[in-house]
Amino acid sequence: MTANFLISGYPYFLITVLMVIGMYGMAMKRNLLKKIVGMTVFQTAIYLLYIQGATKIGATIPVRSAEIGTDAALYINPLPQVIVLTAIVVGVATTGVALSLLLLIQRRFGTLDETAILEELRDPA
Amino acid sequence: MSHIPVLIPTSLLLTALIALLAGLRSPKWGHRVAQTGVTVAFLFALAGLRAVLTGGEEIHYPMGNWLPPIGIEFVLDHLAAYMTSLITFVGVLVMFYAPRSLAFETPGKETFAYPAMVLLIAGLCGMCLTGDAFNLYVFLEIAALSAYALLATGDRGAPVATFRYLLFGAVGGGFYLIGIAYLYFSTGTLNMADLHARLPELVENRAVISAAAFMVIGLGIKMALFPMHFWLPDVYTNAPSAVAGLIAPVMTKVSAYAIVRLFLDVFPPGFFTEALPIASTIGWLSAGGILFGSIMAIAQTDYRRMLAYSSVGQISYVGLGIGLASPIGMIGGLLHIMNHALMKGCLFLVGGAIRYRTGNVRIPAMAGLGKSMPWTMAAFTIGALAMVGIPPTAGFFSKWYLLLGALEAGNWWWFAVIIASSLLTAVYFLRVLETVYREPAEGTTAAARAASTRLPEGEGEPPASMLAPILILAVSILVAGAMNVVIVNELLRRVVAPLAG
Repeated sequence: MTANFLISGYPYFLITVLMVIGMYGMAMKRNLLKKIVGMTVFQTAIYLLYIQGATKIGATIPVRSAEIGTDAALYINPLPQVIVLTAIVVGVATTGVALSLLLLIQRRFGTLDETAILEELRDPA
Repeated sequence: MSHIPVLIPTSLLLTALIALLAGLRSPKWGHRVAQTGVTVAFLFALAGLRAVLTGGEEIHYPMGNWLPPIGIEFVLDHLAAYMTSLITFVGVLVMFYAPRSLAFETPGKETFAYPAMVLLIAGLCGMCLTGDAFNLYVFLEIAALSAYALLATGDRGAPVATFRYLLFGAVGGGFYLIGIAYLYFSTGTLNMADLHARLPELVENRAVISAAAFMVIGLGIKMALFPMHFWLPDVYTNAPSAVAGLIAPVMTKVSAYAIVRLFLDVFPPGFFTEALPIASTIGWLSAGGILFGSIMAIAQTDYRRMLAYSSVGQISYVGLGIGLASPIGMIGGLLHIMNHALMKGCLFLVGGAIRYRTGNVRIPAMAGLGKSMPWTMAAFTIGALAMVGIPPTAGFFSKWYLLLGALEAGNWWWFAVIIASSLLTAVYFLRVLETVYREPAEGTTAAARAASTRLPEGEGEPPASMLAPILILAVSILVAGAMNVVIVNELLRRVVAPLAG
């Protein structure tokens, strides 16, 4: 039972591991740029979750063709793909805003090290 | 009439685009376009409110004529009409307020600030109007991204605070997205009404239970539910006054609204109370947040930081309303969304006016302002009394409903928390009131101007474009207090009907 569960569900375990790695990076890394890397890993894990859930072996792209006919089981559900596409757009926009914030921080404080920035903010030299 | 649900967000989205193009020509025109667009959206929202009140029915709008559950639909029901009217009302006033304040605090950035503010309002209205769970995520991110851009323009520490908010926001949005994945894979639909119809069979399903947990935690981060509030104080403290006056009143509330929507209209009745104790968890966390926010607010010497911690406490009142999970408690929570939006909007805009005249917002620097800025400080007094919950201001009534709800549920801890928090709130606001009215002025505007050459011309009251929104908000606090019976009976009782049955 447990073994079967592991075999059939292993992609989900890997996705969970990826998600935790991303959150670890966001929370624990001192360099702000590495936090963004963590955020990207976290978001990628979510995309993979959708893709994995929508995977169908033996099915093809959701464009109706005469050879395959109208059996819905032979086509991949396009909706999760569309959701991932939208989520990727949101993710890119978030990363873009985050990077421009880092640019601002680098110019203002001359460093991307979180501890140094927080110290500087506490008592400005 | 039936086009109203879609007219509110689309008119705002279009306005944002035109305001940017006009703003590139001259910031003044950018502001005029933005002001007009938000005012039009406010009128649409009022028309929607009227249609819902007189028709008594929800207005459904299928996008592109694709009927749900295939297509995305916008739904204007009582709750959505209530929220959009509130958001656009605050939006219009802040738009009036913004030009002077932005020109002083963030000169040269107005061109992009106005479109971002309009986008923020569009995102928040879209969240309230959409009938599709994933569409809500998209609007959530539209609002969040424009908020990051706006907040980063603030004081020296603003980019750092905003960056931290962005990380928290990414996790919050991500968790919500994971919840949607679980819901979609277990039900095959994303339409809220369709989910509501299909979920009762799946109450025991583990994926559905995890979905609820992920979505509530995700939205809880966005709502700054204690103890996930860490991003909030720094962000509000460093934000430009006009931006804080827009974001503090409405942004966290809309995430709270999303939780209420999930509770009432997506998950089956009793799911949040019986299948998984989500409601009571939110309630206890909120009780902690109320005490934490109120106590931390007492310790602050910066006016905006005090308001920020007070926001952590006040948003928890909404959480407490969700936690009570009874019609009367939920009414209290929903009423507090409006009341707190009006109060906090008023107080943050007052902060901007103080900064406009004195150059900073430390509480000691507010000494003697009762003489030099009598009208602004009168508005501040009304806002402060409403925060404490003194009748007949609006703040009293939401707390009253919450107290009744706690009494009805027999939950004496929460009852005690509400009373204690009112006393704590009184402590920190009476301290400021004493500084404002009793202590002699620390220095004059002229002295402050000598210290900082950037202070604008003039003394005493802020310019009319800043004073008028403050006074309107102060009056609306009193009006909302006087009208509370109407609002509760006509609007909110309909909203909480699923709880009564």
